[in-house]
Amino acid sequence: MSALKEIGRVPPSDYSKHGLAKDRLILMIKKMMEIRLFEEKVEELYLMKGLITGPAHLYFGQEAVAVGVISALNSDDVIISHHRGHGHALARGIPMKQVMAELFGKATGTCKGLGGSMHVAISPERGSLFASAIVGSGIPIAAGVGLAFKYNKSDRVVAVFFGDGAVNTSSFHEGTNMAAIWKLPVILVCENNRYAIGMKVEKAIALGSIVERALGYNIAGIAVDGNDPVAVYLATKEAVERARKGEGPTLIECRTYRQKGHGIYDKAPYRPKEEVEEWLRRDPIANFRNALISSGAATEADLIEIKNQIRLELEDAVNFAQDSPILPFDELQKYVYA
Amino acid sequence: MVETIREITYGEAIREALHEEMMKDSSVFLIGEDIGAYGGAFKITDGFLKEFGPERVRDTPISEAAIIGAAIGSALMGLRPIAEIMYMDFIPICLEQLANQAAKIRFMSGGKLRVPMVVRTQYSLGRAHGAQHSQFFPSWSLQISGLKVVLPSTPYDAKGLLKTAMRDGNPVLFIECSLLYRTKGYVPEGDYTIPFGQADVKRKGDDVTIVAISRMVQESMAAASALEGEGLSVEVIDPRTIQPLDIDTIVGSVKRTGRLVIAEDDAKTGGVGAEIAATVVEKAFDYMDAPIMRVAAPDIPIPFSPSLEKEYMPSKDKIIQTIASLLGRRRGLA
Repeated sequence: MSALKEIGRVPPSDYSKHGLAKDRLILMIKKMMEIRLFEEKVEELYLMKGLITGPAHLYFGQEAVAVGVISALNSDDVIISHHRGHGHALARGIPMKQVMAELFGKATGTCKGLGGSMHVAISPERGSLFASAIVGSGIPIAAGVGLAFKYNKSDRVVAVFFGDGAVNTSSFHEGTNMAAIWKLPVILVCENNRYAIGMKVEKAIALGSIVERALGYNIAGIAVDGNDPVAVYLATKEAVERARKGEGPTLIECRTYRQKGHGIYDKAPYRPKEEVEEWLRRDPIANFRNALISSGAATEADLIEIKNQIRLELEDAVNFAQDSPILPFDELQKYVYA
Repeated sequence: MVETIREITYGEAIREALHEEMMKDSSVFLIGEDIGAYGGAFKITDGFLKEFGPERVRDTPISEAAIIGAAIGSALMGLRPIAEIMYMDFIPICLEQLANQAAKIRFMSGGKLRVPMVVRTQYSLGRAHGAQHSQFFPSWSLQISGLKVVLPSTPYDAKGLLKTAMRDGNPVLFIECSLLYRTKGYVPEGDYTIPFGQADVKRKGDDVTIVAISRMVQESMAAASALEGEGLSVEVIDPRTIQPLDIDTIVGSVKRTGRLVIAEDDAKTGGVGAEIAATVVEKAFDYMDAPIMRVAAPDIPIPFSPSLEKEYMPSKDKIIQTIASLLGRRRGLA
């Protein structure tokens, strides 16, 4: 039988022990801040300025998951994202300009404006292969990517992100089982943000936790503090090593929290106030900043400088997106078939 | 010396196309239920496991959505999966992956991604398989841009079209007909392809056009022969692919004959024939001498009882009756 494991918050004093040098840690906080500031800007563009429309599922509170997972991957590994994918896109290094332009529906966006927010993380040249807006459907596709790696005798791996809602789809079951029986190099990253739209996770699964599902597929399972990028990184590193050795998939349950509503217009009144407050106190960025400062990896001034730099990039990205053209309608036909 | 023309069955033609492509291209692999150890539910891939090994002939659990999902993922990484869905009735189980994912990925990615995969399936109407193992219902696929849909009616077409499908850069749904598996016909040895979107005029005629799909091509050919004896000249057109559809060949024929009958195994309401009829009216209304008629299945689930199933099925006789009634109108005999 497979074993389950838990990785809690990693004390800053252990960072160097895990081989995380200063520049690596700075890069991680930078990406997390980039995601946070990006989402704040997106909120402003939607709600205050009315410049963008359509669904947008924001990543507030889950930054440590995308950054932690992606930090443990090589550039030729592959991720598969989902409808809440802005964070995956930025963590994978897709330029902010392209991500923003896609939200604006512009020809310069990652999907030329044909995908939108829910597919924004499609950038195969950067190892961000695909993003499905149908909950759970990325999992069987990830099994196929893993199958191709195995078929080609490559040691690449694929990490597929999905939420707690996805674990109840048939896609999760079929895809996970397939990856398990064939020992495919697939890392199943469940972002348990505690809500599937308005459905609380405890009401949606009969087991005590999502990670226990791993036992049913005889694969490794790790429950991890999803608000600590280092903990997520360590869990992913372990899963990557297992996958590269041909020992099959790992289910990583990242325990985190969706700090805002399901979509940009959802005020999420169905959540208890105390719960929200409790999780805001565990904000991944505030905590990681403090950890970096206390461990001497960064100073307050370093972080302010990073923030200012991101703000400038963000302004550029918005201007770029606004100034970019929209694809002519009569060109659309050529994108239907290869 | 008279050169003998090689005749093989429709099933053998499909097998030959798969085999030749697998020999030629190591990125082609098969994935599906019972295709390996069992040899395929219809024995199409019998012996392939032994010859090509389990990596290239991959038996799966009963997980239709994951079969298609895995095919998509591997196609995105440059392989050429041939997925098998044992019965067309099982397509709804994986329709999400096929319609929302496979077909739309290229478009949604702004043309960055391609999904070169084939989904082989078959329908078993006429074999007393009941309502859940018999149905032919391709018309939904016409609503899904990004898919190509192929319906071979002869061994020759089956081999050539399957080869084209396996070399295409898009998801191709390849719908076989199990009643046709044992029918024989001329099939060249070695390599040839048949382009998509090119209808085949199976029989030339001047009085009435039949557009026939899949199994109904044979029934229509038989009907045309029978009607010839009564002095009627019937043209039979097989579109071969319904996505893309060669509407020009159909319209050109109707402009000559002035009459159109569409013969299909799917239910009449909302079927492929309805779409063809509407398009022909748009393009050839002024040439029509009679209403367009459809010989299709009734709007009920398929009954098991073999005699009831026979009544359910579109057939040569129903085509003859329909054409007789159309021409009766012209002669004032109806």
